[in-house]
Amino acid sequence: MNPEPTPPAPDPRMDLGEAWVLVPVYNERPAIGATIEELRETFAHVLVVDDGSTDGSGERAREAGAAVIRHVVNQGQGAALQTGFDYLRTRTGATHAITFDADGQHRVDDAVRMLETAHSTGVDVVLASRFAGESVNMSRTRRWILRAGTAFTRHTSGLEITDTHNGLRVLSRRALDRITLEFPRMAYASELLDAILPAGLTYTEVPTTVTYTEYSRSKGQRNSNAINILFDLALRRIRSVR
Amino acid sequence: MIIKVLLIAGALGFGVLILRQRPGGHHLVLRRLAGLTVVVLGVVAILWPILTTRIANAVGVQRGTDLVLYGLAMIFMYTAAALSQRIADLERTVTLLVRELALLRGTAQGDPGSVASPSEEAADQDGRRPAPEEDDD
Repeated sequence: MNPEPTPPAPDPRMDLGEAWVLVPVYNERPAIGATIEELRETFAHVLVVDDGSTDGSGERAREAGAAVIRHVVNQGQGAALQTGFDYLRTRTGATHAITFDADGQHRVDDAVRMLETAHSTGVDVVLASRFAGESVNMSRTRRWILRAGTAFTRHTSGLEITDTHNGLRVLSRRALDRITLEFPRMAYASELLDAILPAGLTYTEVPTTVTYTEYSRSKGQRNSNAINILFDLALRRIRSVR
Repeated sequence: MIIKVLLIAGALGFGVLILRQRPGGHHLVLRRLAGLTVVVLGVVAILWPILTTRIANAVGVQRGTDLVLYGLAMIFMYTAAALSQRIADLERTVTLLVRELALLRGTAQGDPGSVASPSEEAADQDGRRPAPEEDDD
């Protein structure tokens, strides 16, 4: 399935190929340092895309040991991820990219398990599911909205998945080559999922844990944003039919 | 009655316009011609106000001012749609530029997470040296 053989790894931390953790950041200074430090205990390569932060998140991430590239003005998370993809494709020998939220809601060992899954099964995209796993402190409204969003995306993308707007993903280099995110704001998550099957990529889902802390909740997506996401998606559907 | 058909057709036309992603080159010609037409019609309407009422009656509207109002609403909708489209285009362009800039600048010196090859590191530093805008601290 995966045509390229895994190159011999010089670094003991990289025995799972050359995996890069990709963390988009926009004004997450209170959380980013701890997130990066924890990632760096396990992963040799952490790339932060500072999406025009004005609070010094980028510098904090650099101090914590990440490679940092910077958008001079805020462009949205989808754009930040795409910039990271472009960087990994053109400047590194990354075999896998692991997208990881900056606010500390994901667990590093989940990322490791997903990376192992990518290697053992050879699939291009490993998705995390909050619902197959466990979610700590998720509000009921949030759960309901995410469920509805999932039903919608299952329908549009044709994927058999149980969660859609989870920031934790593992993408193979092949996936990076074939997926291009053009969507503004948060709709990129569905855009990415919708692209999997048409691009001829394989996928699987792994149960993971998301921790909703006071911080991640205060920083995170407003529930009302679901309407924005729906609007962006609907618009794209109509346009692509044209 | 005729006016209803015209207005509905116009409204639907704007719907299509909003959903179309890229205006082609010929749209510029159309826009200019439409602009000229509006100017000419405006002058005519000023010189012979009674004409607007005649035309209005011909398409099933009572008063000329109503017809002008409808026309105005249509033009406003067109302007809003065209502008939002242009802004979306601009946003896309800005995103591409910002991304290109981020990739050009690369990561800052001495980051332990970077495994960029020596030549790329050198290129990065070359690219950065004349840049005085490291204003972060």
